[in-house]
Amino acid sequence: MSTEIENLKTYDPFAEADEDSGKTKQTQEYIHIRIQQRNGRKTLTTVQGIPSKFDHKKILKVVKKEFACNGTIISDTEMGEVIQLQGDQRTKIKEFLTDKENGLGLDDKTIKVHGF
Amino acid sequence: MSTEEPSLQRRASRKSVAFTDEKLVVDADGSVTMVASPNDDTKETAMSHTPPPVAAPAEDADGLDLRLMKKKKKAKVGTAEGDDEAATPVAGEEGIDLLLKKKKKKVPKDNDDFARKLEKLNIEGKAGEEAAPESEEQEGDWEKGTGIFKHDETSTINYSPLLSRFFALLSQKNPDHASTGTRSYKIPPPQCLREGNKKTIFANLAEICKRMKRADEHVTAYLFAELGTSGSVDGSRRLVIKGRFQQKQIENVLRTYIIEYVTCKTCRSPNTELSKGENRLYFITCNSCGSRRSVQAIKTGFSAQVGKRRKNKA
Repeated sequence: MSTEIENLKTYDPFAEADEDSGKTKQTQEYIHIRIQQRNGRKTLTTVQGIPSKFDHKKILKVVKKEFACNGTIISDTEMGEVIQLQGDQRTKIKEFLTDKENGLGLDDKTIKVHGF
Repeated sequence: MSTEEPSLQRRASRKSVAFTDEKLVVDADGSVTMVASPNDDTKETAMSHTPPPVAAPAEDADGLDLRLMKKKKKAKVGTAEGDDEAATPVAGEEGIDLLLKKKKKKVPKDNDDFARKLEKLNIEGKAGEEAAPESEEQEGDWEKGTGIFKHDETSTINYSPLLSRFFALLSQKNPDHASTGTRSYKIPPPQCLREGNKKTIFANLAEICKRMKRADEHVTAYLFAELGTSGSVDGSRRLVIKGRFQQKQIENVLRTYIIEYVTCKTCRSPNTELSKGENRLYFITCNSCGSRRSVQAIKTGFSAQVGKRRKNKA
């Protein structure tokens, strides 16, 4: 459900549509938080799409300490740099990403949590 | 659809995927109010609100009586364990039968308690009966224009009769309101079986897809993307998913699927169709309000390598 009011949209509806103006809105990059099952009860959490203005290495360092888990940065050819953490850290990482004081202070809406 | 709804609801019972997500809270509210409105249709209006308080104490009293009987019986049979005396009376009064065995010495006091309670209830019941005529000040048939709904009546009308009148009028003027939408959408709960140690079988995928009017492939693609696994469809159209998943987890994923790909965002009706529009975009067309919106294609994101690397190479 779009929270925007139809009249308050910023773009000009009569502007030329050839610039894929609809797409620029789409490229509002989501951060995907996914979970993957490993063997047994073990899981992996992957965080994909953290904006490049943040230092991924530093994030990982802080997160690893805070969640008491290990993790790595994987540079994928398609998805860019992906932070991979051990265990189910989805809620924690989401909190971290949205936390304004000692987190990244990102918008809640840009984050998508996947998985069960 | 409405004819088969009750049976489905019953089968689905509480495990069914009903919408309780934030997004659809309004929906749930709507359904509640809509459920309430047919009652008002029976032209009882505010009258219907008064009897329950009187009836309820009576029922309660019955219940207490029964419990009292039980307690006596069990107390005779029960073993003497006076240790938990302090804790048991409170719990016992609330009707936790498991704890009743433990009490023996407490019986007299309990009887007193219950007697007192019964008395109280009786008094309350009487009070309720007495109170009923008082509350009838607010009674009156809005259809006939009697009581508080009289034309020249100046006293303020309470909120609840006004509200019930509103909903009665609403359902009267728009009879199709109650039947369409607003009712929470129910699908049969997913049946999950474990195949061996590492695979989960999702048995009634076909049934659920049919209910949602979506292609099996679309749903499976979504499931795999969300769960971050892979799988296959076996001979009897059951889905075999790699990894261990519980019914609840699958249910959650299905719920998000329904929110994203089934419900109409405009009118929240699940009566929609998914179709491939021009240039590879998927569109949802609502059959009840006619709105059309595009939905994102299912994308599997990054998936980490799980398992042995050697296997992957080969």
